[in-house]
Amino acid sequence: MSEVKFSKEHEWITVDGEVATIGITKHATELLGDIVFAELPEKGSNVNKDATAGVVESTKAASDVYTPISGEVVDTNQSIVDDPSKINSDPEGDGWFFKLKIKDPAEMNTLMNRDEYDKFAKESAS
Amino acid sequence: MKKTPLYNLHQKYGAKFVEFAGYEMPIQYETGIVKEHITTRNTSGIFDVSHMGQLFLKGGDELTNDLQKIFPIDLAKISINQSKYSFLMKENGGIYDDLIITKLKDGYMIILNAACKETDLNILKKKIGEKYQINLSDNLSLIAIQGPKAKDVLETIVPGVIKLKFMNGSQFKYNDLDIYITRSGYTGEDGFEISINNKIVESFVEKLVENGSSMIGLGARDTLRLEAGLCLYGHDLDENTSPIEANLKWAISKNRINDEFPGSELIKKQYNEGVSKLRVGIKPDTKVIARESVKIFDEKNNEIGKVTSGTFGPSVNGPIAMGYINNDFSKTNTKIFLEVRGKKVPASICEMPFYKKNYVKGGNNVRS
Repeated sequence: MSEVKFSKEHEWITVDGEVATIGITKHATELLGDIVFAELPEKGSNVNKDATAGVVESTKAASDVYTPISGEVVDTNQSIVDDPSKINSDPEGDGWFFKLKIKDPAEMNTLMNRDEYDKFAKESAS
Repeated sequence: MKKTPLYNLHQKYGAKFVEFAGYEMPIQYETGIVKEHITTRNTSGIFDVSHMGQLFLKGGDELTNDLQKIFPIDLAKISINQSKYSFLMKENGGIYDDLIITKLKDGYMIILNAACKETDLNILKKKIGEKYQINLSDNLSLIAIQGPKAKDVLETIVPGVIKLKFMNGSQFKYNDLDIYITRSGYTGEDGFEISINNKIVESFVEKLVENGSSMIGLGARDTLRLEAGLCLYGHDLDENTSPIEANLKWAISKNRINDEFPGSELIKKQYNEGVSKLRVGIKPDTKVIARESVKIFDEKNNEIGKVTSGTFGPSVNGPIAMGYINNDFSKTNTKIFLEVRGKKVPASICEMPFYKKNYVKGGNNVRS
């Protein structure tokens, strides 16, 4: 498993071989508050880098979930649809959203590492 | 931005603040909206609603007569310390504000929405300001304590409150100062609203917390009131909707229908002939949340209405909404479609409240 990377839209991504797992960051869940609804991309669909690939809603508002890289959706986490609170309780574990078969590994280079992301999140929050 | 006298206390309990009607108000505390909501339903919760207006009018029977010309309720019939839900209405039948009016020994107290209070004051001053003393208080806070344990928590601090009937109030003492408490609220639970001097409000609220209650933010206040089917002014009510369209016919006294008050012409017409649009409860078939401004369609894809409030109801454990719909489609169980993010999701018209209420018996159970 590769080091975890982060997007400016507050998604995290890890890579295992040619498959990437994507979810939203702890920082994002803290901004959203209690998540009560999740919508995932369709298995088998192709998604393009930075395009909408899902939705999360808190009691307060709805937010799009973007995909940090392009690829084919090979798996989705139905358990967060049934119990969206998992996204709050374990955003970078059980609260994952979907898995992609990576189209262009070079797209990973555009993303931040954890230190860079933490700094980015802190700055964008203030 | 304005702050309420409880601002420091909110900070102490980890509040996240938002701007609401010009005030910096707590949207939630550390535990979050869902837990705060459930706490209120299961035990009790404390709400700072000091941003709301507390307007006092001084006068006797003549004031009652003059207010009858403004509000579509029978104020002559209510007793001292009794409260009524009513509206400040426009001549066209729309609503400037929805409010709670309480008869006092020496006049009336009216609780107004924060965003409307200055406008309301000006309207009332224009109508009757030359004859009566009208004062929008700035030295009083307003606190609500709501939930099945609210009565027990409050009784330990203010003995006697337990005897209050729903939509009735009374004067009590706290730290030798007068406080005025009514048995009322905005959550669908039994509870109280407490008008209290700014100087002692913080110590009072800390006492409530010490006795087992918790601070609840505006986020949970919204999910609670929506589950209870109660309207939020500026969303579910506005200057272009009438109380009859808002399905609040019960709040207009029957014996006032033929009298004159602002908007009476339209009210009388709609009361007798019906309305073309009506506020209804909406239950989406799936987990998708339909929020304010979502368009409503029939099976043939005709637009038939609009959602005015929508959220996830923690006690209902699913999405809930209310909105205005062409009256031909307002019957319970009618199938409708909601346009959310470009997709039409199925839903049906349902009765409100979404969550069964738990008001104390007795008194005037008007919010049926």
